Amino acid sequence: MSLNEFFNMGGYAFHVWTSYGLTFVIMALLVILPMQKKKQLTRRIRKTSRRRSET
Amino acid sequence: MWKTILKLTSFRNFYQFSGKLLPWFTAITFILFAIGLYWSLVIAPIDYQQKDSYRILYIHVPAAWMSLFVYIVMATSGAIHLIWKTKLSVVIANSCAPIGAAFTFLALVTGAIWGHPTWGTWWVWDARLTSELVLLFLYIGYMSLYSAIEDRASAARAAAILAIVGVVNIPIIHYSVDWWFTLHQSASISVSKGSSMHPSMYWPLLVMATAFKFYFVMVLMQRARNEILERDQNANWVQELEKEL
Repeated sequence: MSLNEFFNMGGYAFHVWTSYGLTFVIMALLVILPMQKKKQLTRRIRKTSRRRSET
Repeated sequence: MWKTILKLTSFRNFYQFSGKLLPWFTAITFILFAIGLYWSLVIAPIDYQQKDSYRILYIHVPAAWMSLFVYIVMATSGAIHLIWKTKLSVVIANSCAPIGAAFTFLALVTGAIWGHPTWGTWWVWDARLTSELVLLFLYIGYMSLYSAIEDRASAARAAAILAIVGVVNIPIIHYSVDWWFTLHQSASISVSKGSSMHPSMYWPLLVMATAFKFYFVMVLMQRARNEILERDQNANWVQELEKEL
């Protein structure tokens, strides 16, 4: 099977790749968004703990 | 006995335990997806009727399975919270909702994209499609109800009750294809009757479904850990954790 054939998906390129692409985007977001949230939380916790150790 | 259970389900314990599991689940998820995607897009043979369009099955079916599975996890956690008042179960249920909503959305959209060439229509008000759409509204309803109630304890209780009531929709989705015979085909794979799919097409589906399961546990732990950090941010153990974070 050539690479061209693979991307063409027997003429169903639009249907197959839209489905897989959308699934990829949403499932990737479901991983990336909590990672960013974690960073934000860590920053906040670090701030309060520093304040605590100062007092 | 009771005390050990409470201790095991404490935020701190869950946070530490899940922290150890998370890298393993992440690695397994990536490996399974690499194998599963190659298998379903390259190796699996072409369907003699639907040609390559049937390859949407390898994400549509796992997403649809997960949409039901996540709901059951969410409702069970809600029920556990109502009975034993455990805080961790609220966190688990809350974390399930957006993930389940995403799976349901994907099942609906990939189904529509698949329906277009195979059925000649993007959407029909068939029993399976309609009940799956109701499932999406249940997930959204859970999230809006929880965030609409200010008092955290009452929000958790109300959302748990909504989740439990919504469980009636699960058997409706599952049996809809047998009860109302419409456009959506009935199950090709069942626990009691096995699979009517050819092994060359069935195996990649199994790998993809397992990949989705591991992926779910991975993102569930991520979300639950965040919510725990947020709830306990002023607790001593979180403050001490800061050095490792």
